[in-house]
Amino acid sequence: MTQVYKSKSLATLSSNKAVAKAVGQLDVDVIAAYPITPQTTIVEELAQMVANGEVKAQYIHVESEHSALSAVVGASIAGARTFTATSSQGLELMHEILHITSGLRLPVVMAVPTRALSAPISIWNDHSDIMNARDTGWIIYFVSSAQEAYDTVIQAYRLAEDREVLLPTIVSYDGFLLSHTYEPVVIESSEDVIEFSPKTWKGYIEEGAVAIGTLASPDYYYEFKYQQVEAMKNALRKAEIIDRDFHKKFGRKYGLVETYRTEDSEIDLLVTGSIWSSLKLAIDKARSNGLRIGGLRLRLYRPLPINEIEKILAGKEVLVVIDKAISYGLRVAGPLANEIYTNLQSPVKIKSVVAGIGQRTVTHEDLYKVILHVYKNKDSPSFTKHTLFYGVRGVELDG
Amino acid sequence: MKSRESLPSWYELPIGGISRPNITPESKAGWRFEKPVIDNEKCIRCRLCFLYCPDAAIVESDEKYTTKTGKTYNVSYKINYYFCKGCGICAEECPVKAITMVPEV
Amino acid sequence: MLSLTVNIRIPRTVWDLPREDYFVGGHNLCAGCTAGTIVRNLLKVAGPNTIVVNATGCLEVSTSLFPFTSWKVPWIHIAFENAAAVASGVEAAIKVLKEKGKIDPNKKINIIAIGGDGGTFDIGLQALSGMLERGHNVLYVVYDNEAYMNTGIQRSGATPYKAWTTTTPVGTIMRGEWRDKKDIIGIALAHKVPYIATANPAFLLDMDKKFAKALQIDGPSLIHVLMACTTGWRFDPKLGIKISKLAVETAVWVNLEYNYGKLEVTTPVPKRKHVREYLKLQGRYSHLTEEEINDIQERINRKVEEINRAVGKEVIGPLA
Repeated sequence: MTQVYKSKSLATLSSNKAVAKAVGQLDVDVIAAYPITPQTTIVEELAQMVANGEVKAQYIHVESEHSALSAVVGASIAGARTFTATSSQGLELMHEILHITSGLRLPVVMAVPTRALSAPISIWNDHSDIMNARDTGWIIYFVSSAQEAYDTVIQAYRLAEDREVLLPTIVSYDGFLLSHTYEPVVIESSEDVIEFSPKTWKGYIEEGAVAIGTLASPDYYYEFKYQQVEAMKNALRKAEIIDRDFHKKFGRKYGLVETYRTEDSEIDLLVTGSIWSSLKLAIDKARSNGLRIGGLRLRLYRPLPINEIEKILAGKEVLVVIDKAISYGLRVAGPLANEIYTNLQSPVKIKSVVAGIGQRTVTHEDLYKVILHVYKNKDSPSFTKHTLFYGVRGVELDG
Repeated sequence: MKSRESLPSWYELPIGGISRPNITPESKAGWRFEKPVIDNEKCIRCRLCFLYCPDAAIVESDEKYTTKTGKTYNVSYKINYYFCKGCGICAEECPVKAITMVPEV
Repeated sequence: MLSLTVNIRIPRTVWDLPREDYFVGGHNLCAGCTAGTIVRNLLKVAGPNTIVVNATGCLEVSTSLFPFTSWKVPWIHIAFENAAAVASGVEAAIKVLKEKGKIDPNKKINIIAIGGDGGTFDIGLQALSGMLERGHNVLYVVYDNEAYMNTGIQRSGATPYKAWTTTTPVGTIMRGEWRDKKDIIGIALAHKVPYIATANPAFLLDMDKKFAKALQIDGPSLIHVLMACTTGWRFDPKLGIKISKLAVETAVWVNLEYNYGKLEVTTPVPKRKHVREYLKLQGRYSHLTEEEINDIQERINRKVEEINRAVGKEVIGPLA
């Protein structure tokens, strides 16, 4: 039974299903995906939509994640609008193709419900898989609700296929915490969705004999890679414009960095993903106890909207960056913390906190404890020199 | 040797390293130390050298040719010395030995 | 260009092949590399409405140095092990774009994946298996030079018994490769591929007919082509075709086809030459003792028996 969404409707969906709905409404041409927890319900939902005739697409049952992205790359070159999804070990298996996809400037969109990396094997959420993809040249979004997942997929296709961008895009969200939890989601009409993200990508083959994936000698390789640097700059500009246009058309606004009570805060905390809602509760508790705390949620991770972060942090004393991944071998081991510190021009103190590894629960009480700890120790000389590994047994909240 | 500085800038190059066949590659003539020479009298126009050549360095044209013995052919073959690498497959496979490898160096 | 509708015709004589070349000179393949011969003929049969997906290897690296390309058809190179997976994606895209009216549904577009023995037998086996099993309309051509030649003659799953390579060298303890060639045809048969064939550039018309037959099939097909390598096998560049021919004449290589499972040996050999004729021309076999050559001959004799039995008659005859 074909279901066509003629107007706005409300549905109860998990982030996975919301992504599948959006992909279906965007008239995707080729879907290739290999199952991996916690992404399976995306591809199952899409398969059912194809089986019902709701989505007219070629669904390739590939035999590995590496082949999933390879098939999607081939299809994209031929001019198709494509989609795949993976997580953790699958993202690692397709890693070499990640670089190739961005090097060939293909507007592929991929959903990544984030999951911890082996070993030991874990099916639970953290950001280690996505952190390993940060230098691959993909645009990376971190979303924090099913509605945002739905909306960001729609924005992602428009951003990826933009003539001045042409970079593959990941829409990532917390595995299990978001991928499998149900929330109310506004589904837009299929017509409006396609109107917002029309299919402008024609592929490379339509112009005839072209050689794609050539060998570039030292005389040329650097220039091609620099083109990607410039494309990322365009992506940063366009992502903001697209988000504003989305707001105009559909009435929902996200921005590249979402803020909470940062207008008059002294200490800010930066997070990505579903931990945002717990952070807001912790901030409210801190505020009720007289502490001037604010929060930032990073929505666009690559390219990093550092200018916006800088503006928000103007005059602030401390920024606490909460990472859900570990960059081993560094005194400051939070990858996001390192990147923000290096890219920031302002004198704000950066405190790196690592929490939630392997889906170790982080409640708003935990975050409140972190806030108190930061407030107490922010003036000690070695405050910013070490990452606080919060929540691991055997490591105390240091002085 | 063209200097690297004279090559196109990043904004002048096509994105993604895409090549198009409209740019003629550099000559491979320097690879040879002997070159094939076709004897038009002996050639029976079997088409084998044309089909075997790995470098498409034998060009087939509709040029008519009449041998000294009065036999007329409707096609003729010429070597494209710009691309010929002198591998010798044409001379080796010619069923009537109409191609000889002549030393160049 | 992709706007023509061209049908594939099976050539009956060499004059049925078009003059037009879609694989042109100026590439960096070794002088005398029979891969050039194979691919030129393949594209003459396939024509301009072709998309080629090429795995990393000699052919890919030599023909696509930016800004040059030897390919006058759309050509895609992604990585080493995924030519079959990429071709699957291209095929699916063409299919759905035809359904959605973005491409003329009557236009026949050939999708050909080309991989070397390394990129197909070994690292590319998974992707190949997936593509064959899913039934994509793709012709997979394996050009087999029996080692990882592009990286400098290292042993692959296709390296034959007793051959020298840099990773199966000849010394006091090891005497070249000690295992037999991987049976890629058997693997394709297990996937119930409608058209499977082996081919040899020394038998041009047979090879071109097989290319044409495979392209006419709506489904996956696999053609395994012997590619005599002057640099890796150590022989004079001019002998590429001659050695390929000897391979068939000594039954080291059998030209056959499985058409929907029915076996036919397309190049029967009434009187076989001794394998010595084939081995003595190649430097990679120069270490062989008389005993080892006889051992190789025995293995070939057994293989010939099997094939004759499978066909049901003597298609490959006794030693002359």
